[in-house]
Amino acid sequence: MTVAVHFDKVTCIFAGKAGPYTAVKDVTLSIGEGEFVSVVGPTGCGKSTLLNVAAGLMKPSSGSVTAFGEPLSGVNRRAGYMFQSEALMPWRSALDNVTAGLEFRGEDRTVARAKAEDWLARVGLAGFGDRYPHQLSGGMRKRTSLAQMLILDPKILLMDEPFSALDIQTRQLMENELLELWSANRKSVIFITHDLEEAIALSDRVVVLSAGPATRPIGEFAIDLPRPRDVAEIRLSPRFIELHDRIWHAMKDEVLKGYQQTKNRVVA
Amino acid sequence: MSRAKLRVLQGSMLVAIFVFWQLATDPELIPPFVWDNPNRAAFFFGEPVKMFQAIWEWFSSGTIYPHLWVTLQETALAFVIGSALGLVIGLWLGLSPTASALFDPYITAMNAMPRVVLAPIFMVWFGLGIWSKVALGVTLVFFIVFFNVYQGVKEVSPVVLNNATMLGASRRQLLRHVYLPSATSWVFSSLHTSVGMAFVGAVVGEYLGSAKGVGYLIHMAEGSFDINTVFAGILVLTAFALVLDFAVTKMEKKLLVWRPTQGETEQL
Repeated sequence: MTVAVHFDKVTCIFAGKAGPYTAVKDVTLSIGEGEFVSVVGPTGCGKSTLLNVAAGLMKPSSGSVTAFGEPLSGVNRRAGYMFQSEALMPWRSALDNVTAGLEFRGEDRTVARAKAEDWLARVGLAGFGDRYPHQLSGGMRKRTSLAQMLILDPKILLMDEPFSALDIQTRQLMENELLELWSANRKSVIFITHDLEEAIALSDRVVVLSAGPATRPIGEFAIDLPRPRDVAEIRLSPRFIELHDRIWHAMKDEVLKGYQQTKNRVVA
Repeated sequence: MSRAKLRVLQGSMLVAIFVFWQLATDPELIPPFVWDNPNRAAFFFGEPVKMFQAIWEWFSSGTIYPHLWVTLQETALAFVIGSALGLVIGLWLGLSPTASALFDPYITAMNAMPRVVLAPIFMVWFGLGIWSKVALGVTLVFFIVFFNVYQGVKEVSPVVLNNATMLGASRRQLLRHVYLPSATSWVFSSLHTSVGMAFVGAVVGEYLGSAKGVGYLIHMAEGSFDINTVFAGILVLTAFALVLDFAVTKMEKKLLVWRPTQGETEQL
């Protein structure tokens, strides 16, 4: 299998008020072409840092990242990024937000609009194109972001807890839609989440990170659940429960460690 | 309170103020109680009836229109030129840390300076026509817009910026599609203040030396101790400012449709 993204001993150190802070240390990780990998770990363990490095938005302090064998310099042009918080341009309507990427690439306006209409329809937002982000609900804004990313047909999808702000029903709907879109045109996905169930339900492989500082992968689990999956139903299957049990076992200590650290930080 | 009732009350308050004013200043209606001379009150405070006569005369004979037109021209030019300068320089300094560090003390000093004292200098430079008034208005408008844009650039959401970068925006495109719209929205949030300031610049400039404009009318009336005409001029200016403000509100509503207004519940 071709390797889509490869992290080679990536270390990220931030200059902080209380001295340098090592967010991630010596992370070596490969994501294959067309593979859906979830990265789980306790809160504040540097998951987003890894994603920013893969996107080329952040340069690692040491180590390197390659995308399809080519070392990354500057923004990763093969990647689409879906952010955790609001990332739509509030002064553009939903349709104009979706066309933005094509516009930046200098595509013809009429063609871009037609494509965007199509993508809005695909994410279930046909007829909402003229609305501004503040006129859309949280779920609809996420759909717009998804269309905005997918319209450019990136080979790699970087997703940073994209659905964490949604209520559970909307979330499961979005997860199913994501799987459907993904299976129609398999891209490599790095999906960051703190929700283990979400990770297992979506992925081919789950990578568990240790608690920060100096986060590194401490376990990898292949998810051999059959596809296509329904994220709500698959949670009830015995194999899912078994996998969940195993991964949770590996994660538990780290989660507790992370929790303890946050608690101490609050007390201190 | 219902809207109609509120309007009626507001209207009757205005009438009451003018009736009281007339009663207190008319030499014949009630016996003088502050000064011995019955004409003294009217000399200092004017009589509303005569003010309205003066206003009526202005409008019925049409003599006021050229003056209003000049004041409007000065206000509009000062606003447009001041805003454009503020926008460009605000964007530039906001995006260039070196330039902003270099100019910071000068900007602070120029803003602290009471800029009305520049009026005589502008008169020497630009003559008694409209341009010396425009220049004064520009110095007043510029700083309001400049500080707003500067702040706006600093506070562009980093997520929106990163998102646009990931969608392939070049530095130029970021400027055009992210920084500029974000900064313009800040310009519009200061629109009322800056239009008001442009107006102040125009009137003060006219007052200090000119051959046309409402400020000039007031100045001339003052020279001949015609207090009624002075007040008439002030009333016309106030009404004019209200009309301007109303126009600005209309424009704002049209241009900032994408911005959520408080308490808006239009969501789906």
